[in-house]
Amino acid sequence: MRNWTSPGKLKAKGIIGMNRRNIRYIGRYNDRRLYPLVDDKLKTKLLAQEYGITTPGLIGTVTTQFGVQHIAEMLAGHNGFVIKPAKGSGGKGILVIEKVVGKHFLKPSGAELDIEDVERHVSNILSGLYSLGGSPDVALVEALINFDTSFAEYTYEGVPDIRVIVFKGYPVMAMMRLSTAASDGKANLHQGAVGVGIDIASGRAVRGVQFDRSRTDHPDTGHELSSLHINGWTKLLELASGCYEMTGLGYLGTDMVLDRDHGPMLLELNARPGLAIQMANGEGLRSRLDLIERQPEGVPVAERVAFSQQHFARQGELQVEKEVPAAV
Amino acid sequence: MSRLPFYLIVALLMVAGIAMSIHRHVQFEVPWTPGEQRQVWEIEAQVIFDGNGGPAKVDMALPSSQPGFRVLTEHTASPGYGLSFLQEAGARRAEWSTREATGDQRLYYSAQVLVTDDLRKASEAPAVTKLQEVAWERPYDTAAEQVISEAWSHSSDASTFTRELISEFTDERQGENARLLLTQFDRVPLLVRLLNQAGVPAQEVSGLMLEDGRRRQSLTSWLQIYDDGRQMLFDPATGVQGRPDNLLMWENAGQAVLEVEGGSNSRISFSMLSRNQPAAAAVRSQLAEDNDTLLNFSIHSLPLEEQALFQTILLIPIGALVVVILRVLVGLKTSGTFMPVLIALAFIQTSLLTGLVGFLLVVATGLVIRSYLSHLNLLLVARVTAVIITVIAIISIFTVVSYRMGLNAGLTITFFPMIILSWTIERMSILWEEEGPKEVIKQGGGSLITAVLAYLAMNNPWIRHITFNFLGVQLILMAMILLLGNYTGYRLLELRRFKPVTED
Repeated sequence: MRNWTSPGKLKAKGIIGMNRRNIRYIGRYNDRRLYPLVDDKLKTKLLAQEYGITTPGLIGTVTTQFGVQHIAEMLAGHNGFVIKPAKGSGGKGILVIEKVVGKHFLKPSGAELDIEDVERHVSNILSGLYSLGGSPDVALVEALINFDTSFAEYTYEGVPDIRVIVFKGYPVMAMMRLSTAASDGKANLHQGAVGVGIDIASGRAVRGVQFDRSRTDHPDTGHELSSLHINGWTKLLELASGCYEMTGLGYLGTDMVLDRDHGPMLLELNARPGLAIQMANGEGLRSRLDLIERQPEGVPVAERVAFSQQHFARQGELQVEKEVPAAV
Repeated sequence: MSRLPFYLIVALLMVAGIAMSIHRHVQFEVPWTPGEQRQVWEIEAQVIFDGNGGPAKVDMALPSSQPGFRVLTEHTASPGYGLSFLQEAGARRAEWSTREATGDQRLYYSAQVLVTDDLRKASEAPAVTKLQEVAWERPYDTAAEQVISEAWSHSSDASTFTRELISEFTDERQGENARLLLTQFDRVPLLVRLLNQAGVPAQEVSGLMLEDGRRRQSLTSWLQIYDDGRQMLFDPATGVQGRPDNLLMWENAGQAVLEVEGGSNSRISFSMLSRNQPAAAAVRSQLAEDNDTLLNFSIHSLPLEEQALFQTILLIPIGALVVVILRVLVGLKTSGTFMPVLIALAFIQTSLLTGLVGFLLVVATGLVIRSYLSHLNLLLVARVTAVIITVIAIISIFTVVSYRMGLNAGLTITFFPMIILSWTIERMSILWEEEGPKEVIKQGGGSLITAVLAYLAMNNPWIRHITFNFLGVQLILMAMILLLGNYTGYRLLELRRFKPVTED
């Protein structure tokens, strides 16, 4: 029984289980009608543009099997790109091409693909292989993100992204997901990516986990995680919080990336964000969500972010933090 | 948002389900367990007569449910005859009629009679209390009077008088008067006459002595008397009072057992067979006869074939409940939410071990072939269709090979739902490509564990009995699933998953 804990202990920690998340938060705050806005990345993208939220540049879309044959023309001139299904979930079906060398497409892992492989991938996306419920889908071709080099030491192959849980428009918890060799360059925690809890107040690392166990350094680069710090943190939080007005979803997972040139960008939204973020932060969501539930509606974005930064400040476990930056 | 209506609905479903189940248990004596065996008699009556060439009408008494016996089903076979069931003065009769009856005529009536133990139940037979007018010719009148007064002086009430009267006609005590009367009258009608004359309402009734495997039996005559609203049965030969346990009253109203118009040489003979069946089966046929009101709404009124189908259908909620418990309370991952239930249904047909081996063989082979298909760059629907055909081919080959090897168990592999299997293979193959074999084993294992548990639940004789015989259980299941759908606590596996958080 060494690997098991008791419900009482979890409750004391304020950990939220799958059932509670589904009934109490997703079921209550996320209107089913609004799901397509986040389940379809193309819709999210167009909506984000409308609300002035930056997203990775769109190279083009492929909507028909006929269009697959013209994918080469679309890709011409782009040295790196990402192909993803509009309705994919859990990072499935995302193909990242870092470099194009002659007729070969290079994945971040160094694997080489032919144009046929790319075409097959797009064709699979269109037939719904990666989409929720297997429904026919649309393939998005996006510009490669030039991620902030300050994170290069913290990641292996993939782009580190930042997940912020936004509840009723308030950022409640955040983590950064660092891809590893074990996760095959993907930023999914259950595949072996490292999750780093980020203090809502300062944007600094709180705690790191891989495979649900504590970690203080990156398994591949060996770089310690304590120095991890996100620049422009408040701006990122405001961007994430704004997604509440954009979608109307009360319990939202926002996936952000930091682009070298464009700053924080919205990568995608998730109406059913996972619970691993609690592991990365070493803290349950319960007390934070309870606090937010008591807050009134209609508070402007900046005030909401300030409220969260004031109330959810945390001391990092990884380093001895001297000062917590004052709330904005 | 108040949850009150929700809990009201759950409570309502629960109460309704329990009430329906108890109602069925009490009213229809459906036992809670399948183990109880009940004795059922199959009785066949054959009416034979020679048709006169003209219209014929046959009127036969039918048995009705009575203390100790309950008529479950009845059938008739009488080609060329119109048939109607009559209910007159509390007695049931069958009336066959035809325009033309020539030569040997045979009519069949068969009934299934359940032996019950509710002997105490008051008889519903009409209590004939009316005395019949009795007139005697000379010299029988004086003989009758003397026999009556002899018996009367030796008795105190109606039942002792009857016993004494019968013994007047038994061999050793037979006096001259009795002998004289027997030359003119048959024993039983004579006793009825004498009893009526003495002011004891009496009639002749007919019953069938039930003995296993007997053929060409006939009904026996019994003497029924009424005293103070109670009715008593006497053996007219011995004077013993009371009904033997194996006597089924066939005609209880003092009427003729068989009346034939337009025919001659009519006779009736009986054959019978005793069977022990599970109480459930007995009840099944019993209910077929009952009027189906909404309250005793029952699938047992359906033909046997549809009932067998429903037996399976009613088990599906049990399998689904297992899935809900494993997913909501335990947190087990399965490939396809209710796929394990379908696999479990297949296991019921194939038996567990054969099913498991067959399932693993088909899925493993399918995965190998599917991995080749993925290189062909096909559209999704076409690829899944190709997998379906592959699955069918695999199943055919396994069936033929196992048959050749003399393994008959292999033949049952065809019970697997092929399209579901194909989707499972497709899904697992994608899972393999994206998440690696570990996740495939995790989800595949989860599905198999769920399927095996669902199979064990659905194949449990007691659960099969309960779900099939108590439709109210479906409401209880519904209430339970609604409650589970409202559960916000932790899943069992989350206690493991979140363990590290509680460590510091």
